[in-house]
Amino acid sequence: MKITVNGEEKEIESGLNLSEVLDRLITLDHKIAVELNKNVIRKKDWETTEVLDSDELEIVHFVGGG
Amino acid sequence: MTDKFNLAGVSFDSRLIIGTGKYRSHSEMQDAHRASGAEMVTVAVNRVPLDRKTESFLDFLDPKMMILPNTAGCYDVEHAVRTARLAREALETDWLKLEVIGDPVTLLPDNEQTLEAAKILVSEGFIVLPYFSDDLIMAKKLLDSGCPAIMPLASPIGSGMGVQNPSNLRIMREQLPDAVIIVDAGVGVPSDAAKALELGADAILMNTAIAEAGNAAQMAEAMKLAVRAGRLAYLSGRMPKRLYASASSPIEGAIS
Repeated sequence: MKITVNGEEKEIESGLNLSEVLDRLITLDHKIAVELNKNVIRKKDWETTEVLDSDELEIVHFVGGG
Repeated sequence: MTDKFNLAGVSFDSRLIIGTGKYRSHSEMQDAHRASGAEMVTVAVNRVPLDRKTESFLDFLDPKMMILPNTAGCYDVEHAVRTARLAREALETDWLKLEVIGDPVTLLPDNEQTLEAAKILVSEGFIVLPYFSDDLIMAKKLLDSGCPAIMPLASPIGSGMGVQNPSNLRIMREQLPDAVIIVDAGVGVPSDAAKALELGADAILMNTAIAEAGNAAQMAEAMKLAVRAGRLAYLSGRMPKRLYASASSPIEGAIS
């Protein structure tokens, strides 16, 4: 199935939860936050949140800024 | 030092808040942060790159620093609110520097959307520090909406033009004597920072003036001293301005 991650279209197998999707997409263990279809999904809910076809994910972290 | 800077229930010794952007290296940023004496730094929320492993920027910050996430790059209420919620989730802080930009050339704030976003975020429990154009009426509305401080610009972000409208800042100070005013954006040199504090700003936030200086750490120290000098001058009370001279030495008794 196709999902959109940080504005990019990605092909990913169906039936995965958010935690599994993140494992396939990024290699980070630092402080990130995730939005699924414009709603923040708290870390404790990642494993129980299924990712569906056409879902839109935003994965953010922190960078230098003023 | 007894002159504490109190903001939303937290007491700071330093009245200088600094950014983390534009430094040439992490070590230069760390040296500048140390030299500045700042206790709070701003960070930006950004998409994680999917094509490579990235380092955790936060690991390069002094763990003692309070981290203030911003909503830089947001041009409307929806994006600012979403960015704020993501920042809170990742950092576990309710503190937020709210920026809703109105135009990419000047980066001037959209005051109307800033107020709307502030109302939503305050209702969600955020401690909203709003960056806005230096307007007394908007300052009042932002304070009424529940912001614990207001952050008027001195001049456009990254311009280094200093306090372009000292009258507005003075009017805000005089008309809102109890408000916490943090001048944000536009500082170029230490005299700009001193000027803002002399006019009664409680604190100042800057990034580019330090990060783009030839010697960032030395400039950070200069800013620290200027902020202290400006604050002491404000507390001391300046002499009145006069059009004509007032002799410092006695006129009577001079030999003829």
